[in-house]
Amino acid sequence: MNQRRNLSAVARAAAGLAALAAWWLVYRQLAAVAGWATSSLLGLRRESSLGSAVEFFIYETPKVLMLLVLVVFGVGIVRSYFTPERTRAMLAGRRESAGNVLAALLGVVTPFCSCSAVPLFIGFVTTGVPLGVTFSFLISAPMVNEIALVLLFGLFGWRVAALYLGTGLLIALVAGWIIGRLKLERHVEDWVYATKTDAAAPAEERLDLAARMAAGRAAVRDIVGRVWLYVVLGIAVGAGIHGYVPTNAMAAIMGKGAWWSVPLAVLIGVPMYSNAAGIIPIVQALLGKGAALGTVLAFMMSVIGLSLPEAIILRKVLKPPLLLVFFGVVAVGIMAVGFLFNWLL
Amino acid sequence: MKKIQILGTGCAKCQKLAAVADEAAKALGLAYELEKVTALERIAGFGVMFTPALVVDGTVKVAGKVPSLEEMKKLLA
Repeated sequence: MNQRRNLSAVARAAAGLAALAAWWLVYRQLAAVAGWATSSLLGLRRESSLGSAVEFFIYETPKVLMLLVLVVFGVGIVRSYFTPERTRAMLAGRRESAGNVLAALLGVVTPFCSCSAVPLFIGFVTTGVPLGVTFSFLISAPMVNEIALVLLFGLFGWRVAALYLGTGLLIALVAGWIIGRLKLERHVEDWVYATKTDAAAPAEERLDLAARMAAGRAAVRDIVGRVWLYVVLGIAVGAGIHGYVPTNAMAAIMGKGAWWSVPLAVLIGVPMYSNAAGIIPIVQALLGKGAALGTVLAFMMSVIGLSLPEAIILRKVLKPPLLLVFFGVVAVGIMAVGFLFNWLL
Repeated sequence: MKKIQILGTGCAKCQKLAAVADEAAKALGLAYELEKVTALERIAGFGVMFTPALVVDGTVKVAGKVPSLEEMKKLLA
């Protein structure tokens, strides 16, 4: 019996490795295939506007989708180790500074959806997680997005990905700490602290590897099924910019020289909501046309980290002053990151 | 009479969870009553941090995901 289980585990591992190898082989060929399809199959000149837009689209679409499938699968497995209950247990009763650091880090790996932001907020603050620590989590969870992280890595290399991760965590950490220091507990809606959360959470299930793999596959079906259209649309917009917007056209309005472009990018980005997977192809195209990295990063973070729908949801538990402080502190943090990178690089 | 409650603010997954619960309960031939709980105060009162969630006779069974029909049958049986 045991032997058979070992055997099937070996077979499963072998199948997994074979799938990974096939993925890698196909991935390596994408650029060549896109070039060939554009010039030979469609008969377009690759240097022309239309040709380069089409080639961009044919190359980036399968590439981004393939990266997405791989990453979402991996993240689905990692997340099966972190439940909101476990995260809360780790954060309850933490002292502030250390708690902020831990909360920002856990925000990256704990499954989160902005539709659950309110129950999560209540679940945290009513069980002794300090308000500022809760905010560190609430800021990092949407803003440091694993999909964005890996897409940035795939499209721009590890440096940009590391910058994004590091600054995202820093904003969550500092903004949460500031909100904690401001002692704004009285601006949480009164019913929140009065909520009795006595019913027990579902019993923690122990999962074996097969169940975690199944969780990864479920995540792929769920997330890729939901975002693929945004990704394709994002790439189509990116392809248009890539082909038709002249090189350096963005340098004047989004370049380093234009200091006002950072606050403007954040101002435009905050009310917008898009999926991280959809915004990145646009980011890539803008960068290629001379936009400054800090400005583009600030735009991206404000689009995925803060949004109008999120504000409306959180209004149910936060009184306006706290909601304003939350958005204000994070927006200022994002701007600081934008300026820092434009100045550094 | 089993009391099945679906906690969620009306997102797509909540609808799906309700549909799966309904289908499973019918397949099992249960006598049941299904309620959708959308008020945040009540959802939080169950101690749930991740919607949608399934509550059967007052016990939270699942939070944050939609189980398959087969899993759902086990949870309701």
